[in-house]
Amino acid sequence: MLVVLTVIAIVAAGVLASVNAVTAPQIEKINAENLAAGIKAVMGSDEIQVSEPWEKDAFVVYDIDDKDGNKIGKAVVTAENGFSGAIKVLVGFNTEGDILGYTVLEHAETPGLGAKANEWFQDKIIGMNPGKSNFTVSKDGGDVDAITASTITSRAFLRAIQNAYDRIMAEKDATSGATKQVSAADIETPEVIE
Amino acid sequence: MNNFKVLVNGIIKENPTFVLLLGMCPTLGTTSSALNGMSMGLATMCVLIVSNFIISLIKKLIPDAVRIPAYIVVIASLVTVLQMVIKAYAPEIDKSLGLFIPLIVVNCIILGRAESFAAKNGPVASIFDGIGIGLGFTLGLTALGAVRELLGTGAIFGVNLWGEEYGMLMFVLAPGAFLVLGYLIVLFNKYVKKA
Amino acid sequence: MDYVLSLILIIITAIFVNNVVLAQFLGICPFLGVSKKVDTASGMGMAVTAVLVVATIVTYLIQVYVLNVFGLEYLQTIAFILVIAALVQMIEIILKKTMPALYQALGVFLPLITTNCCILGVAILVIQKDYDLLEGIIYALSTGLGFLLAMVLFAGLREQLDLVDVPKSFEGVPIAFVTASLLAMAFMGFSGVDGGLKILFGLQ
Repeated sequence: MLVVLTVIAIVAAGVLASVNAVTAPQIEKINAENLAAGIKAVMGSDEIQVSEPWEKDAFVVYDIDDKDGNKIGKAVVTAENGFSGAIKVLVGFNTEGDILGYTVLEHAETPGLGAKANEWFQDKIIGMNPGKSNFTVSKDGGDVDAITASTITSRAFLRAIQNAYDRIMAEKDATSGATKQVSAADIETPEVIE
Repeated sequence: MNNFKVLVNGIIKENPTFVLLLGMCPTLGTTSSALNGMSMGLATMCVLIVSNFIISLIKKLIPDAVRIPAYIVVIASLVTVLQMVIKAYAPEIDKSLGLFIPLIVVNCIILGRAESFAAKNGPVASIFDGIGIGLGFTLGLTALGAVRELLGTGAIFGVNLWGEEYGMLMFVLAPGAFLVLGYLIVLFNKYVKKA
Repeated sequence: MDYVLSLILIIITAIFVNNVVLAQFLGICPFLGVSKKVDTASGMGMAVTAVLVVATIVTYLIQVYVLNVFGLEYLQTIAFILVIAALVQMIEIILKKTMPALYQALGVFLPLITTNCCILGVAILVIQKDYDLLEGIIYALSTGLGFLLAMVLFAGLREQLDLVDVPKSFEGVPIAFVTASLLAMAFMGFSGVDGGLKILFGLQ
């Protein structure tokens, strides 16, 4: 009976190995395509060259050039804790730090909130510069309207983008030798009721 | 005719969701929308049909003492194949069902049908049993998902019926899963099972 | 210090905020099946907790020292479920030989545990969440405690339910689901607590 079980296990392993050989490249391809499509969407342009990403702290940064090799800006993967887990956002900046676009990659908030955030902030924050405007929800005196009844999620979302902005600007200053200091994100008092 | 009976049996008399109460974890965990429920049901159905078929073919070769481990190996391989295929060709489904795809392995429906049906019947009847039970499970999950989505967000299959403002979010969250399933079982007992 | 605080956060989150049964829907079968009496429910809860911890340690080691090393990650599901099945059998035999009293109390639940999806689920989650071994063990232990808590609370409610008149069509399972729904609603009161604690602990 051990023979039978061994045979079954070997057949099963063989089948899995061959299926894996077929699907693994496809999975990689689809992930790469999704990322490329996401970067194109947040940079608002199809004709771009994407550099190999470099990771800094918790951020993953892609330098984006146009097809002639001129700098367009950067796409950054950034995350912040929301109401019930991390919210992961891909956000595109131009060289000035203006927001070109964003997309929510992952979140653990109430089902549907990710899709909602993807639409909600579209006409509110695109074109804004987190360094020049008051990049918090209006409830905290900022310039952005929060998603109705989802203030904590909105705060986390904005903070994720703010952090990404601070990070790439600090990097830029460091390389250009400037001494501008980045102010720490304001600490907010937690809310009792969402 | 007999095969047809086997099929209907799985949908009504032995409906896994409302009568047998099997596979409750994915039933509650993946039905936050009608589409999610249906995807989970169909994924489970695929595994169930193939595992019923394979097990009814190899049942004579397997000594009784190692029956269960052998079945588990077969089912786990099928689930892994399914997981890889979904990841490669339907990543959206992989995202919304997540952990519950590998957990099809421990869905009691599959091992239960292997033991109670496929091990005693021929391959053709086993396929029909798989289709019947699988359809019953899919219908149950789709119904549960549809009710939760409608009450929670005002839409069914993403088609807006009366607007999100009138949705009661609780139905999409954990308590709604238990509540809606409880009420659906009451309705099923009253109207479908009797008929 | 931060590490200790993050462990405490894992414990509180797993027991209350993301309760394995009431928020993650893992281990529903025993939650409905053996929750008619408080003592059987607590027995099941303890058996699951014990198996969870042992299974998580073993599956973690297999993932890190076998599957990852040989590039066999795609065998994860099949390897984990076989290990869990074998492990449960072994625990049963060992308990029977060495601790007959404990076997008396927990033995009947052990065969049921193999197909309890919270064991396989937690084993996979520990890998997905990138925990180290200690975090994994703490996570498994507190998930088990969360399961035990939900079981005992639910069984207590169901014992009381026996004493009241329930509408005929709701008798049995349906009213149990409605009760579970109310319990899940109560646990929703903990949602967001983990985020607050994170700020309080200065882990953000």
